[in-house]
Amino acid sequence: MSKVHVSTIINDDTVEFLCESEQTLLDVLRDDLRLTGSKEGCASGDCGACSVIMDGRLVCACLLLAAEAEGSTIETIEGMANGSDLHPLQQQFLDHAALQCGVCTPGFLIAAKALLDRNPDPTETEVRYWLAGNLCRCTGYDKIVRAVLDTAAETRN
Amino acid sequence: MGERPEFRGVAGEALRHDSALKHTTGEALYVDDIFEPAGTLYLAPGTADVTCGCILRMDLAAVREAPGVVSVLTAADVPGNNDVSPTGCGDDPLLAKSELHFHRQPVFAVIARSYQEARSAARLGKIDVAPSDPILTIDQALKAGTFVSEQRQMGRGDWQTALEDAPHHAKGTAWSGGQDHFYLEGQVSLAVPAEDGGVHIYCSTQHPSEVQHATATVLGLTDRSVTVEVRRMGGGFGGKETQAAQWAALAALAAVKTGQAVKCRLDRDDDMLMTGKRHEFKGDWHVGFDDEGRIMAADIHLASRCGFSRDLSDPVNDRAMLHADNAYFYPAVRIRSDRCRTHTVSNTAFRGFGGPQGMLVAEQMIQAIAHQVGKDPLDVRKINFYGRGTRDLTPYHMQVEDFILDDLVEELEVTSRYRQRRQEIGEYNLSSPIVRRGLALTPVKFGISFTNTIFNQAGALLHVYKDGSIQLNHGGTEMGQGLFIKVAQVVAQELQVDIDQIQITATHTGKVPNTSATAASSGSDLNGMAAMNAARTIRRRLTAFASNHYGVPETEIAFYSGRIQIGARKVSFSDLVMEAYLNRVQLSATGFYRTPKIHWDPITATGRPFYYFAYGAAVTEVAIDLLTGENRVIAVDILHDVGRSLNPAVDKGQIEGGFIQGMGWLTTEELWWDTSGRLKTHAPSTYKIPTCSDRPEHFRIRIFEAGKNPEATIYRSKAVGEPPLMLALSVHQAIVDAISSVNAYRDLPHLPAPATPEAILNAVDALRERKAA
Ligand code: FES
Ligand code: FES
Repeated sequence: MSKVHVSTIINDDTVEFLCESEQTLLDVLRDDLRLTGSKEGCASGDCGACSVIMDGRLVCACLLLAAEAEGSTIETIEGMANGSDLHPLQQQFLDHAALQCGVCTPGFLIAAKALLDRNPDPTETEVRYWLAGNLCRCTGYDKIVRAVLDTAAETRN
Repeated sequence: MGERPEFRGVAGEALRHDSALKHTTGEALYVDDIFEPAGTLYLAPGTADVTCGCILRMDLAAVREAPGVVSVLTAADVPGNNDVSPTGCGDDPLLAKSELHFHRQPVFAVIARSYQEARSAARLGKIDVAPSDPILTIDQALKAGTFVSEQRQMGRGDWQTALEDAPHHAKGTAWSGGQDHFYLEGQVSLAVPAEDGGVHIYCSTQHPSEVQHATATVLGLTDRSVTVEVRRMGGGFGGKETQAAQWAALAALAAVKTGQAVKCRLDRDDDMLMTGKRHEFKGDWHVGFDDEGRIMAADIHLASRCGFSRDLSDPVNDRAMLHADNAYFYPAVRIRSDRCRTHTVSNTAFRGFGGPQGMLVAEQMIQAIAHQVGKDPLDVRKINFYGRGTRDLTPYHMQVEDFILDDLVEELEVTSRYRQRRQEIGEYNLSSPIVRRGLALTPVKFGISFTNTIFNQAGALLHVYKDGSIQLNHGGTEMGQGLFIKVAQVVAQELQVDIDQIQITATHTGKVPNTSATAASSGSDLNGMAAMNAARTIRRRLTAFASNHYGVPETEIAFYSGRIQIGARKVSFSDLVMEAYLNRVQLSATGFYRTPKIHWDPITATGRPFYYFAYGAAVTEVAIDLLTGENRVIAVDILHDVGRSLNPAVDKGQIEGGFIQGMGWLTTEELWWDTSGRLKTHAPSTYKIPTCSDRPEHFRIRIFEAGKNPEATIYRSKAVGEPPLMLALSVHQAIVDAISSVNAYRDLPHLPAPATPEAILNAVDALRERKAA
């Protein structure tokens, strides 16, 4: 079977890759591009561990075919910090201790960024429901929600 | 003291998790993220679509011929013992040989060039099975008399007479369902062939030594040939204690066979179908009590679904018996426990380890008593609490010496406004026809130590390099619980060095051997002490050297804040270390620890299984919808005892996470098997763990300030991994309370766990029928 050629922009870099037609975007990110910050928690779109932002939209990389990424702009966790300057969300997650095992953390950060990109002033309920597609088995979500709300408040000021 | 500000990391500080930064940038490597050696192959397990029966014939030709397939393994390929059971009793085959015991039990394994190819090929096996009738439920097993081990009993006093003499009685059955661990990172191992036929395994496991031993057993080798390395897990919760061994051993066998690295990573469905879970329990209870609601005698019969093999079912069920008292004194008692063998996946450790299921019985008894004597359940709890110096003997004849729940509960009762809210909720329910609220305060007393006394030992290895930097290794594993940072803080405290000088390293069976599982909440108690002992050895050597070298008596040498005071002289840690190196002082040390005082005989069910108890209490308010059965946890107030906290930030995280996980077990997480024994809830689409939207709006967690471990644990701290999970029993009790408002609190509903909307509606309907009758 012939491979599919895909051109994308990932974390501000032009990235071209060849993939099998049935390969998911998550598999290409992790296995071929070595961007292993996005995780597979379920491979069925139910846990959010694989969250990436594609053309401004929050998507599950496990549900997308890599070939569908042609021409798109993708943000993954690896591009969230600016060198050693953390994104405010990353800093708030650290300050709130909003993580334990850390497998869900990249997905939560990406999902939260997608929320704040579109709504810089979310209510607590909006945060809770927006993030309900991301599962965390270790924390009780409390610190995660607070970290997101505090980031929003901080960025607005 | 001027240096103080730059110096970070001693015990008690709320330092962040050692990997926190890497977690937020996505740089932390889990087993599946490690750069694979060239030519790595992938393994997928193959199964039959039958629950149980005799395997007649296996036709794997199509599997072998499928694209990308390199090799196929069956039980016949196992050079050693085809067994990965933790007890060594031979009932946990690596690959089923002649008999199938549960639906989706692995029968063969495919090794292929890619994951996709391995998984696709695994579906092509044709396995003929003569099916037999499965035994699936506790009741079926009790009736058929199938057990994984003998019935156990414990007790004290003449329970029979005391029960007969009691003026009041209540009886009931506490049902609690199982629970899938749902660690976000599934089971995974990467095995790389090593010299002399051995293998090096990168594994996501809480028990590297057991994975090592199980793999060696399968390969027909001794333990020295297998090395297991664990940097971090993406969650464990008990599910990676014994259950990691099978996948590691399969990958290892495949690696040895092919001479190439092999990775075995279960996808979510396989993980849920093929690995053990929390034991489902049935607890029949009969309690006798006086007019005040004081318990006089109790007779409790526990039975649990163990699945097809023994695994850890004996200690899990023992712990259920050991916690069927929770915080309450039973003057006379009998507790029996049956361990049912069923044709389901073999159940295993899960945070709390049987404790939650045992406590559920105690709390249900209290609620029933309170209802009968017409008191607030909190008042009945209080009069049944263990006493200090009197009424302090457990059903297993251990004296409770450190009981603090009177004070702790008193404080929580006030700060949570329990009494006022009870009143407010009563009024609210009178005027709210559809949404009803409920409130409960439940305590937790949880025994700390492995009940198998042998496991209460730990080792550590500490290297100080000549530049003053330090590498720390110990037998504990990191699964997100913050063990590594806590143990590093202990070393920082002992050597008075900055935490950043200490490199935390992966758990490695080649560095510290014969380790116990990181389980039973014991991680920091055991490994913290072992590391402390190693650090003290180093400190002793440095002190002796400095005394000699500088001609200053040892009493005038002190380590503080990154400096060593040697008489009038101040030396930095790294300078002293370099000086010591130049004078040929050994700068590497091992440390060892064994928990004192404990002993336990599981057959007579007597002894002192626990070094101490951890305590806590929670007040939970819920709302339920009488039309839909939907429920919400509205407010939670927790007061929890962690002794002198080693790291309050980490401890609060454990409390928060434990509570929510317990809440999931008791409300949304429902494992559902069809009548032929197929698990139908094997993905997050059907199996619901709590999400962000379930987070209680009011969620206040406080650490009990007065807490201090009377026993000489590491800096008087207490274990925190498991106990908070059981705080969630208050959720279940609050839902029961809300339901019973349906008929003006005249009857208590029967509510099994998990209290799904369906279960709540059934309970509401049952009460309404009673009301109508
Ligand atoms: S892995 Fe994509 S949503 Fe779970
Ligand atoms: S921190 Fe482990 S799943 Fe969220």
